[in-house]
Amino acid sequence: MIRFVSLRLLRAVMTVLAVMTFAFLVLRLSGDPAQVLLGPDVPQNIIDDFRADWGLDKPLWQQYLAYLGAILTGDFGLSMRGGAPALDLVLERVPATLMLTIPALLLKLGIGIPAGVYAALHRDSTIDRGVIVLAILGFTVPSFVMGLVLVLIFSIHWHALPSGGFGTWQHAILPAITISVGGIGLLARFSRSAMIEVMGQPYIRTASAKGVKWRDVVRGHALPNAAVPIVTIVGFMVGSLIAGAVVVETIFSWPGIGRLLIVSVSNRDLAVVQCILLLIAAVMVVSNLTVDLLYGLLDPRLRSQPAH
Amino acid sequence: MSFLLEADDLVRIYSGRSGLFGKAQPVRAVDGVSLRLAQGETLGIVGESGSGKSTLGRMLLGVDPAQGGSVCFDGQPMPATGSADWRGLRARMQMVHQDPLAALDRRLTIATQIREPLDIHKIGTEDTRAARVQDLMEAVGLRPDQADRYPHELSGGQRQRVVIARALASDPDMLVCDEPVSALDVSIQAQVVNLLRTLQQQTGLGMVFISHDLKVVRNLCDRVAVMYLGRIVEEGPSEELFANPRHPYTQALVSSVPEPGKRLDGRVILQGEPPNPAKRPSGCAFHPRCHMASDICRGVIPELHATGEGRTAACHLVTDATATQVA
Amino acid sequence: MTLATAPETAAASRPAALLRRFRTIPGAVFFGMAWLALMVLIAIFADVLRPYDITRMDLMARLSPPGTSGHWLGTDELGRDVLSRLIQSVRVSLVIAFGATIISAVFGTTLGFLAAQFRGAVEHFVVMLADFQAALPFLIMSLAVLAFFGSSMMLLVGLMGFYGWERYARIARGLAISAGAQGYAAAVVQLGATPRRVYLKHILPNVASTLIVSMTLTFPEIILMESGLSFLGLGVQPPDTSLGNMVGFGREYLTTAPWIMLAPAAVIMLTTLSISLVGDWLRDKLDPTIR
Repeated sequence: MIRFVSLRLLRAVMTVLAVMTFAFLVLRLSGDPAQVLLGPDVPQNIIDDFRADWGLDKPLWQQYLAYLGAILTGDFGLSMRGGAPALDLVLERVPATLMLTIPALLLKLGIGIPAGVYAALHRDSTIDRGVIVLAILGFTVPSFVMGLVLVLIFSIHWHALPSGGFGTWQHAILPAITISVGGIGLLARFSRSAMIEVMGQPYIRTASAKGVKWRDVVRGHALPNAAVPIVTIVGFMVGSLIAGAVVVETIFSWPGIGRLLIVSVSNRDLAVVQCILLLIAAVMVVSNLTVDLLYGLLDPRLRSQPAH
Repeated sequence: MSFLLEADDLVRIYSGRSGLFGKAQPVRAVDGVSLRLAQGETLGIVGESGSGKSTLGRMLLGVDPAQGGSVCFDGQPMPATGSADWRGLRARMQMVHQDPLAALDRRLTIATQIREPLDIHKIGTEDTRAARVQDLMEAVGLRPDQADRYPHELSGGQRQRVVIARALASDPDMLVCDEPVSALDVSIQAQVVNLLRTLQQQTGLGMVFISHDLKVVRNLCDRVAVMYLGRIVEEGPSEELFANPRHPYTQALVSSVPEPGKRLDGRVILQGEPPNPAKRPSGCAFHPRCHMASDICRGVIPELHATGEGRTAACHLVTDATATQVA
Repeated sequence: MTLATAPETAAASRPAALLRRFRTIPGAVFFGMAWLALMVLIAIFADVLRPYDITRMDLMARLSPPGTSGHWLGTDELGRDVLSRLIQSVRVSLVIAFGATIISAVFGTTLGFLAAQFRGAVEHFVVMLADFQAALPFLIMSLAVLAFFGSSMMLLVGLMGFYGWERYARIARGLAISAGAQGYAAAVVQLGATPRRVYLKHILPNVASTLIVSMTLTFPEIILMESGLSFLGLGVQPPDTSLGNMVGFGREYLTTAPWIMLAPAAVIMLTTLSISLVGDWLRDKLDPTIR
């Protein structure tokens, strides 16, 4: 077990390092930030000063080491526009994003899993068919279409809810629903097939043959076993709590991480983009790690196998 | 006398792990085996499952590289596994697998597959290759109209004929058959064994025949080596070895074969647990199951020594002088 | 071929039996196939089908609603014909998704085979790449790359080509290892075949059906990804147009001219839905082992 955990930890660290390298390479190789930020007509000496200030005049590998060193000491640099610490800019947007993604996650779990399990237990019924169709619709409709259609119906047609902005709890309803739709579909479908697979296993038949009550068979044998694959999907959803709202925040002008990313990307604000990429990756890696370890606990068979 | 194949002191160790917390435990699958195979000779290797006989077969072909010892084929040392020289040598040494369905590509017709060694080793022209495939199919007893069949459309015995035809396509000097009939119906086993014997006599190739089935080995082989937990415990000419086994393990194996018209008195029944390569007993690996084991057997690994004309055995209790007494 | 000589396992993959299993096609799947066929035809014959040039402006007929004579699906804010732009968008989006799916399948399968052949360090490297992909949501990674390198068609297709590669890599590696352990691949290696021959002539044809099934999973996801990026203004750039790009620009006129956005949105939905339906059905028919 110790071996498994430490190997998995090592992989997680390597992954974060890879993302850091990726962020560095993309942002530094894509062009000279000094030229972009200062414009073409600025005198050479000002450009040189700017490059010296930001360490852009050093060889790439020195910049890379300095960058790694700074991040390890918690220094994510200053926003190239405005000069505020990038980390602060990013962290102050986190609550707004979570205000959308956490309710959305609860919707996904609260609707998706029960719908899937119910459909599996009433296989081939009308409700089962309905769940399948809605689930497929749910994750084939792109979020920007879903969001705009909801705005068209609830804001423009019925004037029931605001079409965008931030402030009251009503503002969060449409974006949260938009985010959750795809996940509900995915979870419903996944829990349905996981349940169906488990229900076909010999131990379920054995339990019912022994005379265990149907409810107890489902609760005691089927659900815990179906939980194993579902945990993976849920872990992925938890990991994308920060990253999963880019498009939706843009549609609803919601001042979260996603909006900040889009704005910083168009401003070429290196430090802020780097900081967001690393935050997203860190959350993702931690949740993937948790899922893998949880998996080990839920299903002892997986412990000794490589995760790939 | 020069040999087709000379294997000396072969060693193959797997690192087995027992359980999540267990330490890596080296498993000596093959432990110091030496063999000789002459041109045109058939050598049987018998033993229970886990005795390392299949691993030994792959080592003789160089498919599994030896971790210790050496294999010489036709006087030349075996090239590194996977190297161009090694691939080239495949034209001269071939294998027949246990499960013919697994050994065949289910998406190619059997004619394509029989032809494959010719394509790989660039033997002959288009026309001669096609003709050769026809000859091979006839030789192994397949009908010409079956050429365009797929493996799953044939019966088990027919599939094994395809594998044999493919193995013989490049006219090899040596053939290693790893349990070639144990996956087949009993009714078909004899046909395939007879086919192998006929082909071996026609082509004069050297054959290593690995099996747990003593009857088949006795029937087919010139010489036999008996393996137990990675080591050869007895070796000798087939008829003599079966008629007069010297090692207690061989005696137990031979007496376990029922023979019509022979009473069951005096059978040596094997006791104790079947051999586990991960937990190799000290001294003579067979001692926990041996009814004659003494102190020396528990402490010292017996070496193979001559016990008569062309015969060897690895047992402390078997010497040339005492050989008859033990039996 | 006669049934008499076919043993039990044969029935499943013989042409006749295969046809029999395909004969009953559910209505939804049939609809999906018909829609996809229509989309492919539109993409191929876009130049002929388009009533107007996609950049031709008719300033007298700006924001005409659908049904206007000459503009069946209406016009946009510059008086450009929505139907013509839609036809061109279908072509662009399908070409991107198709190209990217192929790149992704080739890239992933190659890495999977390399991992299976060399194990050790190569395998660790591939696992690390997959970990990286799992850690950084694809949309976020693409945003960063496209924003800083600028969007071009080549870059967009290339980038999308990294979508879903790990799925192919995992399948290809797993199947290659199991084929090489004791199966037909090991037997062919034993015949003296080069690794190249073993992988291209034997393993690839055997895993192809599984890989194609995975492509039906990746394809709609790439369409969604491309349209999302185009919607955000980072995908296909004007004057060219794609489905997501049309929705993105149509969004400005949601209140006054919703048809600009609804027409491409409907096409995206119907297309991804059709591929999902057909893909699911194909998966059940061809490959009962993966879900």
